[in-house]
Amino acid sequence: MDGKTVDGDIILDVRDLVIKFNLRGQTLTAIRGASLAVERGETIAIVGESGSGKSVFTKSFIGMLDKNGWIDSGSIWFEGADLTRYKTEKEWLGVRGKKISMVFQDPMTSLNPLKAIGKQIAEVYELHHGMDKKQASEAAISMLERVGIPNAGERHRQYPHEFSGGMRQRVVIAIAMACTPQILICDEPTTALDVTIQAQILDLIRSLQAEYGFTTIYITHDLGVVANVADRVAVMYAGKIIECGKAEEIFYDPRHPYTWALLSSLPQLGIKGKPLFSISGTPPNLFNEITGDAFAPRNPYALKVDFVYEPPIFYVSPTHWAASWLLDPRAPKVEPPEIIQQLQDSWKVQNAWLQNGAEQP
Amino acid sequence: MTEEKSTATAAPATDRSMTAASAIDTPTGAAIADRTARPKEKILEVKNLSVDFKVKKGYFRAVDKVNFFIYRGETFGLVGESGSGKTTIGRAIVRINETSEGDILFEGKKINGRISPELDREVVHKIQMIFQDPMASLNERAKIDYIVSEGLYSTGGFKTEAERKAKVEKALLEVGLLPEFASRFPHEFSGGQRQRIGIARALIMSPELLVADEPISALDVSIRAQVLNLLSQLQKTRGLTLMFIAHDLSVVRFITDRIAVIHLGKIVELGETEEIFSRPLHPYTRALLSAIPLPDPKREKGRRATFYNPGCHDYAENPPDWVEAMPGHFVYANGGEVEAWSAPFR
Repeated sequence: MDGKTVDGDIILDVRDLVIKFNLRGQTLTAIRGASLAVERGETIAIVGESGSGKSVFTKSFIGMLDKNGWIDSGSIWFEGADLTRYKTEKEWLGVRGKKISMVFQDPMTSLNPLKAIGKQIAEVYELHHGMDKKQASEAAISMLERVGIPNAGERHRQYPHEFSGGMRQRVVIAIAMACTPQILICDEPTTALDVTIQAQILDLIRSLQAEYGFTTIYITHDLGVVANVADRVAVMYAGKIIECGKAEEIFYDPRHPYTWALLSSLPQLGIKGKPLFSISGTPPNLFNEITGDAFAPRNPYALKVDFVYEPPIFYVSPTHWAASWLLDPRAPKVEPPEIIQQLQDSWKVQNAWLQNGAEQP
Repeated sequence: MTEEKSTATAAPATDRSMTAASAIDTPTGAAIADRTARPKEKILEVKNLSVDFKVKKGYFRAVDKVNFFIYRGETFGLVGESGSGKTTIGRAIVRINETSEGDILFEGKKINGRISPELDREVVHKIQMIFQDPMASLNERAKIDYIVSEGLYSTGGFKTEAERKAKVEKALLEVGLLPEFASRFPHEFSGGQRQRIGIARALIMSPELLVADEPISALDVSIRAQVLNLLSQLQKTRGLTLMFIAHDLSVVRFITDRIAVIHLGKIVELGETEEIFSRPLHPYTRALLSAIPLPDPKREKGRRATFYNPGCHDYAENPPDWVEAMPGHFVYANGGEVEAWSAPFR
């Protein structure tokens, strides 16, 4: 299966990746042949519900799978090397943190509570850039300033508990940025934060990206965040990427029934007094072998073939593909739900206040 | 994770004959007509409520002279960022937090401060709360049977064991869970199911007012829709009044009839939901609205969130007051500000 969409400058090329876990003597297939090509300098968002495998997928890029997990087959090409062949910690140290960095969801748990934040950043400079203590500390302070911590000269001596959630997330970003990575993976960076703070953090990541020119991979289930940041979107379901395209293509012209369902269940599209659309059933049990389309049992649009054969990739445009039998020329013509057909119009109405010029007093 | 067996699944997408666009044009036409038809009865009134917490040096005022009321049968939203005091208000209503000033009136009776044991029992029955994190709010060592009937045990809400069992079964069915689940422990359930258990535990008391404190923010997108549907369905079938505390404005817009926006312990704006969304007056409300990420790439790409600067008010000479700027639309501002803010909408 070829997940490549465009012939741009590909920085990370994941092909047919299969990741398995051993759990209580049983084998679970968390990633079932996912392919994704990430272009240099772009922002790509991986979207899916919990358990779809989006975190496991990206953790495999930095060799951070849990001990009971392994890459069964497939390849991850980065800078001419296949990361799936890396075995030792030593090999990974050249990539993890240095070239591919990760920002985790909860800033409370990803910082060391016993170390001053300046120290935690300086550590990175000492380890990866070979600076001495003084240089590293100065570099840490200037990075703290860059990510918008006021009074960095004073505050670098403070401990994580003395910062608010948003400020802590800025510190985590500073640690990730200290190595000037080529790829920054943000795993739900704003779910633990307020809307106003969320907007600030997203702006910060965007401005850092403009300055340093790194590639960003977002993992999120918040489609609002995706629309805000992403150039391209990959939708993940049961360990597979089932639709991928430019943000506009996914939001205004989605093709996979799962993407339809995901968009329809947004409260922004709900009509007051009527039940909100919700996806029936549960994601498939990944301990079992899945035949056909994994989404078929929950899919009101499923064809007979969906239960037997796995759908291949169908290209809608050179930049947009989906893995659904509905796109096969032989498939019966299916109209997407009305709510999906009117996506573009309904967004416009939602934005009426912001568009009619009453912006700010 | 156990299988989610829900009766509260949504109607198929084809049910949506009404377009999203037209629904927003005529915001809550039916709902407004419905509400004006019957007399509006205030089920809960909050007057000049303040809540203080003891800190190292003196007191910290978490809620500062807040005024609002909730009509019977409506969904009232309380919106604000973390630390604004929205949860504190909710907890003060269910008598978890002590109040330091002002009154909370439920069906005309004062329920804060010292009250008689009879009234206390009545309040426990009639006002129930659903908590934010279903992972943390259920006793891990108790079976669902006990968790759901704990309220009954503590208020003597049943006469025979058979009656209690029947009540538990009914409450579980009502939230879309199977009665067999009563013999299981919380860890056997998924997040969405746990939140349903939290709702069942509130429902068994047959409350009139349900205070829901961020009931869906800890849940996954696809589960959120199910829990929201369940809440609005329960509200219809039971005639419940719902107080919905949230920071996610897109959800609030979908579910509430009226909202109050709270900032640092003060309510800065209050009105019908669609009115607030289409004509936000207070700069804080505007900042909050502009920060909601909408799933619309075209709008989002060109947008930079606007931030609220609390220093933008000139209250030294002209102190602000709680004024009705437009019918039913209140804002905390001084005379000049009301004029300036509402000018673009006239």
